[in-house]
Amino acid sequence: MSAAEELPINAKHPPRPGRWIAAVLAGFVLVWLAYTIIVNPNLHWDIVVDQQFDHRILAGLGVTIALAVTSMVVGIVLGVLVAVMQLSANPVLRAAAGLYTWFFRGTPLLVQLIFWFNLALIFPTVGFGVPFGGPQLVEWQTNALITPFVAGLLGLTINEGAYMAEIVRAGISSVAHGQREAAEALGMPNRAVLRRVVLPQAMRVIIPPTGNQFISMLKTTSMVSVIAGADLLTVAQHIYLDNFEVIALLIVASIWYLVLTTIASVGQHFIEKRFNRGQITLRRRLGRDLLPVVRRRKS
Amino acid sequence: MTPMVRISKVRKRFGYLEVLKGIDLDVARNSVVCVIGPSGSGKSTLLRCVNRLETIDSGRIRVDGELIGYTEHTDGLRVLGEKQLCRQRAAIGMVFQGFHLFGNRTALENVIEGPVTVQGKSRAEAIEQARELLERVGLADRAEHYPAQLSGGQQQRVAIARSLAMRPKVMLFDEPTSALDPELVAEVLAVMRDLAREGMTMMVVTHEMRFARDAGDHLVFMDDGVIVEQGDPRAVLEQPREARTRAFLGQVG
Ligand SMILES: Nc1ncnc2c1ncn2[C@@H]1O[C@H](COP(=O)(O)OP(=O)(O)OP(=O)(O)O)[C@@H](O)[C@H]1O
Ligand SMILES: [Mg+2]
Repeated sequence: MSAAEELPINAKHPPRPGRWIAAVLAGFVLVWLAYTIIVNPNLHWDIVVDQQFDHRILAGLGVTIALAVTSMVVGIVLGVLVAVMQLSANPVLRAAAGLYTWFFRGTPLLVQLIFWFNLALIFPTVGFGVPFGGPQLVEWQTNALITPFVAGLLGLTINEGAYMAEIVRAGISSVAHGQREAAEALGMPNRAVLRRVVLPQAMRVIIPPTGNQFISMLKTTSMVSVIAGADLLTVAQHIYLDNFEVIALLIVASIWYLVLTTIASVGQHFIEKRFNRGQITLRRRLGRDLLPVVRRRKS
Repeated sequence: MTPMVRISKVRKRFGYLEVLKGIDLDVARNSVVCVIGPSGSGKSTLLRCVNRLETIDSGRIRVDGELIGYTEHTDGLRVLGEKQLCRQRAAIGMVFQGFHLFGNRTALENVIEGPVTVQGKSRAEAIEQARELLERVGLADRAEHYPAQLSGGQQQRVAIARSLAMRPKVMLFDEPTSALDPELVAEVLAVMRDLAREGMTMMVVTHEMRFARDAGDHLVFMDDGVIVEQGDPRAVLEQPREARTRAFLGQVG
């Protein structure tokens, strides 16, 4: 073996003209697009700037965030519940859970939202009392109860629950069946098996798609505009119906949606990274430090 | 003295397939009973019935005199509630072919899981005991390793320690070495031999004829859901009386 063979590889690539041509073309298209957008007299950028922080827009933004966060949180809880039902040994619970996901994943969210908003057409009043036509203890007018916000929340939450149920179910199913049996063989009751063995490991599978669900939820909230949900898009529409600046207000809304989804994406990135890093550093740390910790506890 | 495990007239079917066709078997206290037989003969199913991972269709299984899975009343049997069933299972250790360690927990955490969650022991006490057990299976230095960081043989020894942590009356082993590379089989069998010497009552489904002969007190040959032949391991292995036993032993060599 000659000495030269031990030297680090320092070879030149063959020329790649294709890359340069593609880069120049793409760059040209981008610059041209930006130019046409900026100088276009039909895009009223001054209005966009003017409206971006309008108090009505900010209120709509608040509603959008409230809708997204609440329906996501409740949707996750609902999803865990339904997933556990789906995997239970009780056939009635299984059927109920199956029916739920089948129905709410199988019909358009838009239809569901309009349906919830018009609930009063089927049930003029809602209340507590003896079922099957017995006397009522308390009773409300459905129309007073179901504001557009409540209808939006109901629709988004129940719809989200159906999707989360599938995600959670996939996560739970990803945990090897043998581990469940091993836990049962130790004498763990079902609840402990779920809490101690299954759910912690299902999390790794559940977290990434849940982040995606949230990002898409931020945008899906705009559907409540069909029932005048007072969210960001509804407000933008109200304003442009007034001043006819359709495009400017759509841009205003879009900028806010982009801000929200960008923040959520960055958050998702960090949660996943921290989660993965947790896996590794936790292992390393435990490997080195658990002994002293245990000793300290004993003393 | 009553046997530690008494299986009487047990039948079990999966749908139309009858897998256990009337099994009678006693496991004496402090003895090692090995079960051999061809694939699909019902060995795993029998073992899983003992700690009620499977239900049975007829017959009785008693562990330490106590009926498994049911309570007896004057008007018949009643299915045991979850709490009582868990209490029964806690006293029966089980080791699986595929180890089934909890993947998100270190070896030590795997071993303390049962005592802490099921028996309500303090963590400190459980950790102390777990360290002793890991020492006993030769893995004191692997306590903080995750299952994925352990070899198959090491994982199986942790699984044995995890079962022992419950201080079971009897240990069930379902082909504990079948998933292991040949060079790792010995370390697991050594741990099991130690256990046997210390007087643990064991029921072992295995393909390790040497283990069955040296460490076993009693050997059972099953085929097609029935016990074809049973007796002293040497006698059954060297002078099988039944043609089916001879055929099986001829095949496995
Ligand atoms: N959960 C189940 N549902 C349906 N059939 C099953 C189930 N478990 C086992 N069986 C069937 O019961 C029979 C006995 O299976 P078992 O696992 O007890 O055999 P085995 O003697 O342990 O075989 P092996 O040596 O391959 O492990 C087989 O035919 C198997 O297909
Ligand atoms: Mg088997």
